[in-house]
Amino acid sequence: MISRLTQGVPKRGWILLAMLLIALLVAPRFVNDYLLTVLILILYFAYTGQAWNIMMGFAGQLSLGHAIYVGLGAYTAAALYVHFGVGPWIGLLAAVPVAMACGAIIGFLAFRFGVAGVYFAILTIAFAEFARIGFDHIRYTGGSAGFFLPVAQYTTNDLWNLRGKPVMFYYVILALTVAAFMFCHVLLRSRIGYFWLAIREDEEAARALGIDTFRYKMIAVVISAGMTAVAGVFFAFYYNNLFPEQVFHISRSIELILAPIIGGIGTLFGPILGAFLLTGLSEAVTEVLHAIGFDFPGAKQVFYGICLLIVVVALPDGIWPWLVRRLGLERRP
Amino acid sequence: MSAFFAINGVSKRFRGLLAVDRVSCEVAKGEIFAVIGPNGAGKTTLFNMIAGALRPDEGQIAFQGERIEGLRPDEVCRRGIARTFQIVRPFPMLTVEDNVMVGALLRTPDVARASAQTHEVMRRLDLFDKRGRVAKSLTLPDRKRLEVARALATSPQLLLLDEVMAGLRPTETDRIVAILRELNAQGLTILLIEHVMRAVMALADRVLVLHHGAQIALGKPEAVTREPAVVESYLGVEAL
Repeated sequence: MISRLTQGVPKRGWILLAMLLIALLVAPRFVNDYLLTVLILILYFAYTGQAWNIMMGFAGQLSLGHAIYVGLGAYTAAALYVHFGVGPWIGLLAAVPVAMACGAIIGFLAFRFGVAGVYFAILTIAFAEFARIGFDHIRYTGGSAGFFLPVAQYTTNDLWNLRGKPVMFYYVILALTVAAFMFCHVLLRSRIGYFWLAIREDEEAARALGIDTFRYKMIAVVISAGMTAVAGVFFAFYYNNLFPEQVFHISRSIELILAPIIGGIGTLFGPILGAFLLTGLSEAVTEVLHAIGFDFPGAKQVFYGICLLIVVVALPDGIWPWLVRRLGLERRP
Repeated sequence: MSAFFAINGVSKRFRGLLAVDRVSCEVAKGEIFAVIGPNGAGKTTLFNMIAGALRPDEGQIAFQGERIEGLRPDEVCRRGIARTFQIVRPFPMLTVEDNVMVGALLRTPDVARASAQTHEVMRRLDLFDKRGRVAKSLTLPDRKRLEVARALATSPQLLLLDEVMAGLRPTETDRIVAILRELNAQGLTILLIEHVMRAVMALADRVLVLHHGAQIALGKPEAVTREPAVVESYLGVEAL
């Protein structure tokens, strides 16, 4: 396990990684409340991007409906907390299986009946839309009027119930991001990772090498859904309000995949880098636009669009693979 | 005692076209068996039925006493039959080493053990020095050998080769012929579809000739190439 974690990464890579981790660990001491919320957002997208990357970057299955797993995780844990007083960590035990089951249903329908490529993407959008419309009508979780967790001005941090100040949420999401990074690193270096890459590259050739492609694609979607649901639980307890129109909206699904695309699909560090660049820059642009009084609605989206355009045209593989070559961090055989 | 590998009355029809017409043959363990015939003779269709890519309309295919027709390609491979593709399909963005690793991991979940086997297979196929290159950057001869390496890494007992020599220069052909001979000497049974007669004559113990889906000859290469039906349909009259 440990050897798999360290395998194939040059020393300079580890030093850079350690420096980044230390910087993130001490960051709350040096940043103000606003920057802390930006950092939380960045890590949130780094985490969800990592989860999505398992499906798209590793197994080559394009999901454009990952908001459904965020939403199911969020609503399940929130409902347990509001109605039964069950804390988020226990809530995870329900939220993750619910999302996994949903992923398994979508995966089964798609992979058993040969729905692939863009058609698979459309299927995932359809399911997210079903969920959005469905949750609008579920009274038990507030319907379209929204579902709210009890909030108060917290002076103490209750980690067990995830009630507290932003700095607590920061460390929770940091821990999740680090765990997801290590988990994906191990996955990629084990048999399942090789099989996923083979499926991504050429499914028929993968099958000819004895890989049960249906099974491994199912595993990818189930793991990805479960990981994404964890982010959903975080989302619910951090924002304390859930609206189907927001949580399940397709723009949420899109938002969640931008970081890995910009950073580098299929790379471990791409989602993290992409999240930093996109969220950091878009927050910066909001500030700048505000400061110069050029503050019209949609400015942020325009910036997102331009950014995506530049990266897709200039660096179609994402920024991280390019940076790796620049920094001489290539894996040595 | 049933044959190592046996095809019995296998047919495949695509709409009105009878692509393979009641073909039967047996391959003995340790043999190199070639299937030849003109374009459109049904060689690749037959091959795809063996490999599980197509289900035969009738007939049986048996491997080591077990019926395998209609199994999925991955199931066929796990039973010990590995194939290559006529148009090579390496995993383009993966390195040579990772391509072969995918094959090696079929028999063991242990990455270190698979890696050792990968190294051995790459050495055998003269790919070791190129192990860090991504597959899409390889030349055609290298990609062809990678295709064989990847199949070989799954530790098959029967290796199916679909025109691995096609498009290669004579020296490259001889190189693969030598490698296949060596593998065969170590006990690997090989079934190959081939157009390059130079390779067929050098390698095959026995040859099956297909024409319009039907078998028109079966036997030793020297004998088969003298049969008038084979000469007329495939080799061309001038070969006489």
